[in-house]
Amino acid sequence: MTTTDVTIDSPRSPHARTRRGINLEKWGWLYMRISGVFLVALIFGHLLVNLVLGEGVSQIDFGFVAGKLADPFWQWYDFFLLWLALIHGANGMRTIINDYVAKPQVRRILHGALLASTGVLLALGTLVIFTFDPCPAGADPALIASFCGDL
Amino acid sequence: MATATDSPTTEVGAVQEFTVTLIVRRFNPEIDAEPYWQDFDVQMFSTDRVLDALHKIKWDQDGTLAFRRSCAHGICGSYAMRINGRNRLACKTLIKDLDITKPIYVEAIKGLPLEKDLIVDMEPFFASYREVQPFLQASSKPTKERIQTIEERARFDDTTKCILCAACTSSCPVFWTDGQYFGPAAIVNAHRFIFDSRDDQAQVRLDILNDKEGVWRCRTTFNCTEACPRGIEVTKAIAEVKSAILRGKP
Repeated sequence: MTTTDVTIDSPRSPHARTRRGINLEKWGWLYMRISGVFLVALIFGHLLVNLVLGEGVSQIDFGFVAGKLADPFWQWYDFFLLWLALIHGANGMRTIINDYVAKPQVRRILHGALLASTGVLLALGTLVIFTFDPCPAGADPALIASFCGDL
Repeated sequence: MATATDSPTTEVGAVQEFTVTLIVRRFNPEIDAEPYWQDFDVQMFSTDRVLDALHKIKWDQDGTLAFRRSCAHGICGSYAMRINGRNRLACKTLIKDLDITKPIYVEAIKGLPLEKDLIVDMEPFFASYREVQPFLQASSKPTKERIQTIEERARFDDTTKCILCAACTSSCPVFWTDGQYFGPAAIVNAHRFIFDSRDDQAQVRLDILNDKEGVWRCRTTFNCTEACPRGIEVTKAIAEVKSAILRGKP
């Protein structure tokens, strides 16, 4: 009895999906997990310092915020909180748009609006964090905080 | 030899008889513009399943009631229905286990096009099933038996239990949205081959599922795990495929 080499063809040709560069879905999913871990620590640290330590919730006023934003540590703390949380939220909004909007045109418009608003908020927030000046020189004393006169 | 004694009328374990109301979501595409609910009173025994109630309706009350039936024993996957708002197999759900003091609502599974009464078009479901290449692809020629250890077999044992009833996929809120998502059942059947040591095309399947409509759309709502009549841990299987994609290998 002789044996012959039998090659069985695949039931159908292999799946040919067009390659489209990097796949953002995988990185988006990963980003949500990693940023989520950091955000838990950052948010609870933020709440603890603002609402519990010191005089508690009653301490929050313009001077308290101005004091925090004068410290490079809190500038960078708020910077990471802003970027991680806003991108996290925007990516969540993106998945909700993908779920609920079936029309490609509407989807594109909403994605564009989301991208634009996120970009503007990130830029504005970063600008405020690093350039905030509670007592701008030469401003009308009636418009600025009362403690500016003491400085 | 012991003699049989007169059994009391309320013997423990005796078969009870009761009347139960079934409210079935009917739809005939040739007549109805919209589906509607219709109730039926049926005399059932405590050993009867929802399928038996549907049989009683079809055979004794209304022959126009349409539903798929094949094996009637939980293997063929024809009987997935939404019973009291949950996806179950009509052939495995005993009526006595439901609340028989209230009507039992029976409707077709959601997320797939309704054809008639309890029948839906399963083609979108099978299309995404086919897309994950649910068959063994070994590069070596079949000259000898492909040995597998008990541990290697156990790796994908859970996902071999799928009967393709679509209870999981049609319970998935992401699948309900636009039907583009592969759905839990397709991922379960990809998992069955991705983690099979005899298969050589795991990477191809991982690439297929690493897609905009692939595993990343899963929100881990666990509806699929809860719906599976075979007890497959569907959400866990999806999570294992996700981490295999992140690792780059099974």
